Amino acid sequence: MILHLAIASLFARALTVGMTILAIALSVALFLGVEKVRTGAKDSFADTISGTDLIVGARSGSVQLLLYSVFRIGNATNNVTWESYQDIAARSEVDWIVPIALGDSHRQFRVMGTTRGFFEHYKYRQGRSLAVVDGVIMDDLFDTVIGADVAQSLGYKIGDPIVVAHGLASFTEHKDQPFRVSGILEKTGTPVDRTVIVSLEAIEAIHVDWRSGAKIPGQSTPQDVIREMDLTPKAVTAALVGVKSPLQTFSLQRAINEYPQEPLLAVLPGVALQELWSIVGLAETALLAVSGMVVVTALIGMMATIFSSLNERRREMAIYRAMGARPARIIAMLVFEAMLMAAVGALLGVMLVYAVLVIAQPVVDRAFGLWLPIEAPMMRELWVILGVIAAGAIVSLVPALRAYRMSVADGMMVKT
Amino acid sequence: MTKAVLSLSQVNFRWPGRAGFSLSVPDLIVAEGESVMLLGESGSGKSTLLSLICGTLLPDSGSITLDGTDISALSGGARDRFRAEQTGVIFQQFNLLPFATVSDNIMLPLQFAPQRRKRTHDATREAENLCRALGLPDGTTRAKASALSVGQQQRVAVARALIGHPPLIIADEPTSALDATSQAAFLDLLFGQIGAHKTSLLMVSHDPRLGDRFDRVIRLEDIAEIKRDGQ
Repeated sequence: MILHLAIASLFARALTVGMTILAIALSVALFLGVEKVRTGAKDSFADTISGTDLIVGARSGSVQLLLYSVFRIGNATNNVTWESYQDIAARSEVDWIVPIALGDSHRQFRVMGTTRGFFEHYKYRQGRSLAVVDGVIMDDLFDTVIGADVAQSLGYKIGDPIVVAHGLASFTEHKDQPFRVSGILEKTGTPVDRTVIVSLEAIEAIHVDWRSGAKIPGQSTPQDVIREMDLTPKAVTAALVGVKSPLQTFSLQRAINEYPQEPLLAVLPGVALQELWSIVGLAETALLAVSGMVVVTALIGMMATIFSSLNERRREMAIYRAMGARPARIIAMLVFEAMLMAAVGALLGVMLVYAVLVIAQPVVDRAFGLWLPIEAPMMRELWVILGVIAAGAIVSLVPALRAYRMSVADGMMVKT
Repeated sequence: MTKAVLSLSQVNFRWPGRAGFSLSVPDLIVAEGESVMLLGESGSGKSTLLSLICGTLLPDSGSITLDGTDISALSGGARDRFRAEQTGVIFQQFNLLPFATVSDNIMLPLQFAPQRRKRTHDATREAENLCRALGLPDGTTRAKASALSVGQQQRVAVARALIGHPPLIIADEPTSALDATSQAAFLDLLFGQIGAHKTSLLMVSHDPRLGDRFDRVIRLEDIAEIKRDGQ
């Protein structure tokens, strides 16, 4: 009955109590929302590449290899010769191997030469394959498939011509060999969205008239002659490898790392991604800390509300005291009220997050390629709710102790 | 001589810190079933005396015995519970929790007094009976306390003091917020109820006109010595 009196007392102050609960609900929703985006971003990040067992490149650092081969950030220090690539491809452990040739660009986007195997084996977000929303995967030597961001920001349609520039941020263009957009990829939320994909041979073809990074003056081989030439590359930038059995991953990795003819590096994408996340994840942790402070602010707001209600409730407490309630009962009552407000606020906050998720999930996926999974409330949500209730109880102790002192001093007599 | 419900002997109390206000009561006894009016001007130490009797203040010396138990010998928690068991309290006004129903208000002391609760077999029925006996309309128990008039609220406060039949009712100017007609009606109802259960009544008032209904009228200045520094 003392509980239902406490609840009746809260209802009697519905407006201020409602506002307090709303503040807590919003702060909890913000906290959980940030947490959702954070884990969503982390999972999306970890899902940038999946299904690939090893990434092979010239010897450098594992994060650097991951950055240039998957994220197209920075440059390779060296290439992998075609002979080494062939050697690795021929090993018995290798199920499939996809070469990647980087180095050229189109506007602000990187151009990547690869084989059709890339579309077959490159997987993201737990095994999803790349899909063409418009057109087809390249057919001709001078066909290109572009990522969703490339198509969107440059306004490209199927059939549009593309001239590839030599190197990055360069004004020297491969004008003699323009490409044609043959396909546009679905939005993936991965660096593929910002990539212009051509065939490995095409990379070779546009460099026919080039020697050691510069165009040979006056030389311009016609396209039909190029088509007749042997366009086997002399080197690739990196390769994605799938092994036949996961057990062979480490032995293949060791074999590549100890490859005697050339200094090579093979990394496990998952491990390298985690290493990279430990660097970029810091910002997200800071964001989480800020939203945690918003929750603390809301709870301190609740403390202020309880404080300001104490004076008008002096009479109420004197009545309880006169009826035989101990001063400790007054503390318990105020702490209980605070916990109730915190609990209702936290629950509303969780519900709010799910409501927003249901609405925002497809929008966020389309706009940012960020997949926010809707899962049943897990331990984490439960801990947040319990944490908020406990914190509510703790902050309410401050006004409750003041009420205790007041009611000890007042006894059952209040002259109001 | 009948049994004493309340007896004070050689009680001395001095407000700690406050500008030298002290109260001493050499001897005060309220017998079982007796109704006593304590007359005193406001600021004469009535509230201090009531707080001492209820045990929310402790005397510096002397003993206060309620139904045979020296309350200053009890621990704080036990004293609170003892107060709940032994006394029903009626204030001047604003007696009720405004957000709670009338029946919640009446049954509130039973929360803190297990023996009174045990004596009250069906608390809800008992609350209804008390309301009826005090002339409140049927269905009042389900109303919110804040919806009642001041006179009705005071009657609910009486019902709350009476539920579970504590041996002593302490009333602090319960009629001061009522007009003369309502005062008379209120006292009729109060006396009707305490007479039925041989309950003792100690009522503090500043109005001697109400005195003839009581067994005994005493002036605070006759039984207590009040000192203020500088006087």
